[in-house]
Order: sequence, then C-alpha cells, then structure tokens
Amino acid sequence: MSLDATSPQVTLPEGAPEEVVTHSLLREVDLRAFGFSGTLALITLDNGMDHNRPNTLGPKTLIELNERISQAEESSASAIAITGKPFIFAAGADLSALSFLADRDQALAIGKLGHDVLRRLHEIKKPTFALINGLALGGGLEIGLHCDYRTISSTAFTALPEVFLGLVPGWGGATILPQLIGPEKAVQVIMVNALNNNTMLKAKEAEALGIVDALFEPADFLEKSVKFIADVLNGKRTIERIDHTRDSLSWDRAILTAEAAMKKKYGKAKIASPQKAMELIAGARTSSRDQGFAAEDIALTDLVMADPLRASLYAFNLIQKKRKKVDGAPKAALARKVSKVGVVGAGLMASQLALIILRNLKVPVVITDLDQERVDKGIAYINSEITKLVEKRRITPESAMRLSGLITGSTDKSIYAGCDFVIEAIFEELSLKQSLFRELEGIVSPECILATNTSSLSVTKMSENLQHPERVIGFHFFNPVAVMPLLEIARTSATDDATTATAVAIGKELKKTMVIVKDSPAFVVNRLLTRFMGEITDAIDEGTAPEIADSAMDSLGLPMSSLQLLGLVGPGVALHVAETLHGELGERYKISPTMQAFVSHGVRTFYTKDEDGKQIVNPAALSLIHKGDSPSTVEQVRARALNALAEEARMMLDEGVVATPSEIDLCMILGCGWPLHLGGILPYLDREGVSESVTGARFHPAGVASLPQ
Amino acid sequence: MELNRVVLVDAVRSPFGKAGSLYLGTRADDIMVRVLRGLLERNPQLPLASIDDVAIAAASQSGDQGMNIGRSASLLAGIPNTVPGYSIDRWCAGAMTAVTTLSGAIAMGAYDIAIAGGVEHMGNHPMGELMDPNPRYLAEKLVDADALAMGNTAERLHDKFPHLTKERADAYALASQQKTARAYEVGEIQRDLIPVAIRNPELGYGIATTDEPPRPGTTMEALAGLKTPFRAAGRVTPGNAAGLNDGATAAILASEKMATQLALPIKAILVSFAFAGVEPEIMGYGPVPSTIKALAKAGLKIEDIGLFEVNEAFAIQVLSFLDYFGIADDDPRVNIHGGAIAVGHPLASSGIRLMLNLARGFELHPEVRYGLTTMCIGLGMGGTVIWENPHFTGKVSA
Repeated sequence: MSLDATSPQVTLPEGAPEEVVTHSLLREVDLRAFGFSGTLALITLDNGMDHNRPNTLGPKTLIELNERISQAEESSASAIAITGKPFIFAAGADLSALSFLADRDQALAIGKLGHDVLRRLHEIKKPTFALINGLALGGGLEIGLHCDYRTISSTAFTALPEVFLGLVPGWGGATILPQLIGPEKAVQVIMVNALNNNTMLKAKEAEALGIVDALFEPADFLEKSVKFIADVLNGKRTIERIDHTRDSLSWDRAILTAEAAMKKKYGKAKIASPQKAMELIAGARTSSRDQGFAAEDIALTDLVMADPLRASLYAFNLIQKKRKKVDGAPKAALARKVSKVGVVGAGLMASQLALIILRNLKVPVVITDLDQERVDKGIAYINSEITKLVEKRRITPESAMRLSGLITGSTDKSIYAGCDFVIEAIFEELSLKQSLFRELEGIVSPECILATNTSSLSVTKMSENLQHPERVIGFHFFNPVAVMPLLEIARTSATDDATTATAVAIGKELKKTMVIVKDSPAFVVNRLLTRFMGEITDAIDEGTAPEIADSAMDSLGLPMSSLQLLGLVGPGVALHVAETLHGELGERYKISPTMQAFVSHGVRTFYTKDEDGKQIVNPAALSLIHKGDSPSTVEQVRARALNALAEEARMMLDEGVVATPSEIDLCMILGCGWPLHLGGILPYLDREGVSESVTGARFHPAGVASLPQ
Repeated sequence: MELNRVVLVDAVRSPFGKAGSLYLGTRADDIMVRVLRGLLERNPQLPLASIDDVAIAAASQSGDQGMNIGRSASLLAGIPNTVPGYSIDRWCAGAMTAVTTLSGAIAMGAYDIAIAGGVEHMGNHPMGELMDPNPRYLAEKLVDADALAMGNTAERLHDKFPHLTKERADAYALASQQKTARAYEVGEIQRDLIPVAIRNPELGYGIATTDEPPRPGTTMEALAGLKTPFRAAGRVTPGNAAGLNDGATAAILASEKMATQLALPIKAILVSFAFAGVEPEIMGYGPVPSTIKALAKAGLKIEDIGLFEVNEAFAIQVLSFLDYFGIADDDPRVNIHGGAIAVGHPLASSGIRLMLNLARGFELHPEVRYGLTTMCIGLGMGGTVIWENPHFTGKVSA
C-alpha cells in the first residue's frame, strides 16, 4: 500500500509541543553537465535552523515530504534524491510527541505514517538516492535505507540508536537493514552499537558495512554524489546487492551475537526493546516488506505504550537538558578565574583528578604527597596517560608537550601558593582533611577554593574552624574520573555563591553534568548505593545464599550485579562508607560482619574466575560469610532492597539533599550507569508501586516518566 | 635558477551568476574551492605537493573573500598544507595579475608550478563595499568624481569618442549575446565549467551548471529601449555593459619543462605581459596603452595577433580599443564566444575567463600563432597578456 499526496492526516496528541517542521525543499538539477541527458529532483530536508537544532521527523514533516515525493514522481525528472541541511541529514523521529501519546491507535498511526511515506522511496518507479551529507540517525538513516542508493560524506556519522532509547528502528530499519547488509552486520548496528553506549558509525564504517554505496569528501560531496547518480542512470556504475536470506548460519550467528549483547548490557533482565529488535531482525530473513513493516508497527506501538519507554524518554531528556543547565547554580558571572590548580595527594584518584583538570583547563597543576616516591609515581602516571592519548591520536604531540609542561609535583605544600582551586584526594579520614585545610589556609589566598573529593565525609566538618569556611566545597567525582559523566557538588551552609559558581564553571570545563547537593553524608549516589547494597549484604549475613541475594536485582537490568559492584568498589571502601553512614544516619545502615571479615582477611571479591575465565564464587569468600539463620527468598531480598531505595530517596528529598526527584534520577543514571528504562530509579519505583507503599506517594506524577493515567 | 618558458596548463571556471541570485546563500570561498577541486581533478597527473604557490584574487577581501583567500581556499580545497598561498588584488584584473605575478616567478625559475585564481561574489560584496576614498581625491581635484563610478567612466569614453555611438555599442552587445548563445549550443562554454553546489535557504540545495546572465533572445530593439542609469540621455545601459555577477576561475601555470615532465597539457605559451595607466576618468581606455606596451615587449605588431579576448566591462571600452587599433567592431578574431556582456563579469575572476576562452580559440584555430587577453581596470589601468598558440601549425586552415 502506498499513499497519494493527500491522504495522510496525523494529529499530535494533546499537550505535545508544536512540531518543529523539517521542510522538504524541491529543486531540479540539470544532469547534462554530469553526462546524463535529463534532470534530477533534489529534495533538501531543512528545518530552517542551524546545525544546533538538527532536522527531525514529525507528522507534518512526513506529510510534506510525501507531497514532495509525489511532485518529484510526477515531474519529468529521471531520478529523485534527498539530502539534508549543512552538517545534518536528519537526526531521526521527533520524539517530543511520544511522551504524550495516550492510546495505541495514535501510536500505531505514527509508525504507519513513517512507513507509508518512506516506503514510497523504494516503490515508486524512479530510482531514488539518499545523499547523506551529515548526521543521519534513526529515522534519518531509515529514509536512506528506503532509497535505492546511498552516498555519504566522509565526515558524517550515522547510527540506529533506537534500542539505546528503548525503541526499535520501526520505520523500516529493522527489516531493511538485515536484508541489505546481512543479519550479523545489522545486529552490530541495531543492537551491539546501540547497547554499547549508543556508538555511532563513522562514514567509512558505514561504507565498509555496505550501508552506503559510495563515500565522498565533504568539500564537493553534493557534486560528486550527483555525478554518482548520473553514472548509475547511465549504467556506468552498477551496485551489486547480495541476497542474504540464503545463508541460514549467518542468521543463527546474528541471534547469538544479539543475545550476547543483551546479556552484556542487561544481565539476566529481559528488556523489551532489544528483544523485539532481535525478533524483527530474525523475521527479516523471510518477511516481505509488508510483513516486516507491520511487525515493526506492532513492536513500536507495544514499546511506546509501555512504561519503560516513557521512563527512558524522560531519562534521555533529563540527561540532555541537565548537561547544559545545572539546577540551583548561582549566576555564572560570579565565577572566579582559575589559572592555577592544586591537587593534594598523588595516588590513583588524585592523579586522575590532576589529569582531567590538566586536559580540560590547560592551566598549571601542582600535586603533592607525603614522599618524593609517591609524587614521582603520580607524575609518571599522568605522563603515561598523556602519552597514551597521543598514541590513540586523541591529542597531538604538541598538546602533549604543553600538558606535560604544566604539571609539577613536590613534597612541599608551599607550591600551592598562588592556586585558585585546590582539591584534596587524600586518605578518607576527617581529622587528616581538617588539618590539611587548616594548613592550606596558611599557604593560599583567602579566595582560593578548597575542594574535597570525599565520598562520604562531612564537608561542613572539614570547613569548621577555618578562617574562610565560605570557600570550602565538595567536588565529588566517580570512578573512572575520565569516563563517568557525573559530578556531585556539595555546598555547606557556609559555602558562598562565588565558590559554587566557580566550582560549576570548572565542572563545565571538565564536561561533567553536575548536581548541586546540600552537604550531607555520602551525598546522593553513594548514599543510595550503600543503602541498597546494605540490604543485599544484610540478607547474606542473615543466612541468604550469596547467589540468591545477588540475583535479587536481576530483573532491573543494572550494569552489574550487586556483588560485582561490591567487588569493584572494594569491601574496604564499602565498609568505610557504611560505617560513616551508620554513625551519621543511624541504624538502618548496618555494619556487615561478612564485610568486616573480608576486610580483615584481605578478601576483595565474592567472585573470582576459574581457569576458563568463567565467573565462580571465590572459595576464600565462602568461608568468611557470616551465617545467620533467617534466609530470605529472591523476592524478599528484592522487595527490601527496593523498599530501602524508596525510603532513602524520600528522606533525601525531605532533608533537602537535592530539591527534586529528577536530580536523584540524574545522579543514578550518570553516577553509576543505571539504565534509562528505569528512568534512573524513581520512575521504576513508582511503576512498581514501591513508592506509594513505602512512602505513601509517587515521586513523579503519572505521565511524567510513565504512561499518562 | 634558470629562466623558464611559462605555459598555461589548464583553466576552468564556475558558472557565473547574477549578483545575489544563483549563488544567494552560497559562500564565495565555497565557489572558489569547488573550482580549484574541479581544476585539479581534470589534471590528476599533477602531484598536489609540487604546487609552489596559490594566488587568488578578490576585489573585496573581507568576509568569505577575506582571511587570505589564497591560503584559505587552498586549505579548504584539500591542497596539502605544505603548499603556500596568498591573496592578490588589482580590482578587475585580479586573476590576470595572479597569472602574471606567478608567471614572473616561474619565468625566473623560483617556481615550477603554480595555481592562479579569482573570485568575486558581488551579491555578498556589493561594489564599493568598505571603500573609503581619500577626500584629497576630490578636494585636490586629483580625479573627477566620475572616476570612482565605473559606469560614468564608460559614459566619458562615449564623450571622448563621439563616433563610437550607442547604436554601435548595442550592436556589439547583441553580437556578444549571439556568439555566446551559439557557443552554448555546441557545448563550447560548458566544457570549461565546473558544476558548483549551491544552497539557497528557501530553495534548498541545487547545482549551478550553466551561466545565469546570458540573454540569448535579446534584440536591437530591446537593447535600444533600456534605461541609461549613469546619466540622463546617456549611452551606457545594462544591455551594453557587463552586469554585477558572482563566480570564480582558476588556472594551472607551469614552466614548460615541468609541464612536459609531468605530461600536463599545454594550452597556451606566455609571450609577454604589461600593465599601464590612463586617466582614471576613462579607465576603459587602459587596454590600449597596456597592449602597445606588451606588443613592444614581445616584438610583435597588432597584425600578428590572430585572436583577441577583450573583457567586455562595457561595449564602449571594447569599441575604443578596436577603434584605436583599426579593427572592425565585428572582427571575427575578437571574443569568438562572446564575452562579459553575455556571461558576466565577477570582477577579480574575469582575467582567467579570458584566458580559457583564448585557449579554446587556439585549439580551434591552429593557423593562429599569437593571441592576447586584455582588460580595463578601475582607477585608470589596463592589462594585456600575449600568448602563443601551442597548436600552431604554420598553415592557414581551409
């Protein structure tokens, strides 16, 4: 079935923002100069704004595109091509309306409209070409997949990120791509890349995968692409297409790869979007386009009309927005200039801090430690990381020279004189930090910010008895510092706006997303993690088998199991934080005898690997487990862990640690990689009914990160 | 260093547009870059790293024609960053001066291969943009006010040579349109045009493949009815003058030795060149003294020249040139495919357009040994380059 120029009518759901229409501008190109006697109907997708607001595809956009396709079809042109505006082809479907869809029919109509318009590019009699001049994501790339041929600019990036967002490539991508490039490569693009932090394809990779037929440099991409079109029309250039349906083994291998990708990302959790994507890819072996597109419509509708996708959209928008805007930040103009930075300590954390500051601020950075050996080790680490950046071609040798020249180490703290910002990453012991800050006050100016990377100690206590407590602030990174996008900025009641504004300005330069929290034990991420991990270890201490306790959270699809996380953090640190919170926040934070035994025996993990590299329970750990006599079931452990999360989140909001539930969600997504389909965590607790049963109310109103009621 | 003979290897241009029409929304440097890439693509045997210099002319050197357009366009075109570049300006004779200056360097052995170019986006850079004439010009009567407006200088030429009437100017203009139309019919113009991607925010992307300005259907009657914008009862009209245009040109120059070594084509051999000044009020007369000078340097007489490419800034300026040398208005040796009156005159780019037309004339006329390109230049100058035909057989064709 296909549309005529007048048929489609899709209206936006109530409450949805007005669509930013991407116009389809039609122009005729004379092909005689390219050796073909005829013309090309060239459609430019352009929403009339610069590249910071990429082209997106909503209902009005699709309807206008449909009209232009009809005009081009009826014209005397010999072929039809579609290109984008400068730097952007199209960044995919306009997602802004999805959160407002209230019924299945509306959802189905959007999926169908996309299919009905785009499939014409394959079905009409004229050859069609997508000239991918810039970014082509999701529905943008799907426009190209419906066309008969595709060219790409060598600097363009492309991807099908739907599964990353909790959708499927449902405007033809899940059906056409496996048929075009084979199931294994399609799984790579649609699933492996999407689940691997939304990895995009470089143009060369897209060409190597067979997604595009030709690659041209951007300087004359359009001219070369039009020459390609003329050559195809003349028969000078032919593109062979392979029938991938015959090689049944490749389809089997593709499924195995898809399953492995899902397992890697979500463990044992069954997550609908990748599951459906895998089924659509598998179906593409035998499906006609009609069948494949119908299956896509249903899959898309099922996903759109379910809570995980709504939570995912909420989370995605949250990440996008808060990357730029920091809630509660003072005016940026209050920020002071930072032209020299000190890092106290030369251990692994301190060295990572020095490196990220060096790379982004490009100012002199000075580090100290107790003895020269540690200082030298820290400097050597930083220089080796800089060398690695050069080897990976992330920076030039000249930049490396510049950075290496900016780092200095000493055992004498007087080198902090002249610093505008000093951050400490020394041993987590309050009295040590207090005396450090007092000592630093004698060296640095009264305006120099004294920041701490403590994960659980009181910033307020660190600033007590200082002459200038207003310049003390918590600046808490997550490990690995260069990778994890979150920075918790902890203000005490004394911290002034200039200090906070400066900290935020530095965080922006470090390209971190920031949440400003009220100074309180363990801030947001570690407090919630410790609380929920405590429930897991408590269950073990009470006599629950570790593997039972550890599988309690499987259905959430967290990046790692509870005990794997414990192994990563290390029992020593975990115990230390738990002890701090036990002291500061009370009995609900228990001191696990099992963890105490781990620490005293130097056992780090519950799990170890056998000779084949398979994960097995660490025998050394088994013997140390405190064996209580009241074991719990998986369901019981899960319930108490979720209840604890809800209770703790509510307390944090009541205490004013952060102002809004979404700041808690943002922290969990960016601080420990909790998945989008949980919306961080609170939308999940809401939809599971935990929030209401434990705290008497939802965290988010229905419809914000869930289906409207 | 040893002295070299200098050759024109190849020359191309963009389609020309009416100012701010065809190329509305397209950057000048993007047009220039595309022309450079088209030129280099046509000559794949030229190793890019062996280019000694890139000189690109623009009469307005700001914005998308600024930033040292010679260097900037080279980098944007993907020419290796080891190849230097510079911008050059002599108003309308910019590209011509790029050619002569680079040729000087090749002739003395400093360079082996160079690229010359010119660009003018008169839509983005209206004539007189950022111009700030010194008040002394008028206060001290160094020039008449007419000298600063090119249309007025053309009217002054009509004043000076009353026998060169408006009718003769219109007839010349009509012939230019007709010659261009005929050349288009047989593909003579298109062969040296590089298609250029254009983007109009309202219309989307397109590709410029042919000149926009020509009016093949024009007639004497239509020309006669046009207004004379420069003075009441004047003789200069939009019909017998070049318009305001956008476009770019580029050429490869080489020592004859290097061209031979790299098996590059040779389209013309440089014989001599000269620039000369006249009263700014009659700048259109500049080609007369510059041609006299160039002929003298070459040891040639006007009768030795078998093909003329005279820039048609104004018909009267061509007529005064022909009149001086005793050449008929419709002499078949002159502007065989028409000229700027038909295809347009994007100021600094035009010098190379003359050369590519002459090069084609040489191919078509192996009986011709010498040809010249000449043009008038604002503020009272002319430039002339005399070329030898590498296809010359010594025989008169049938």
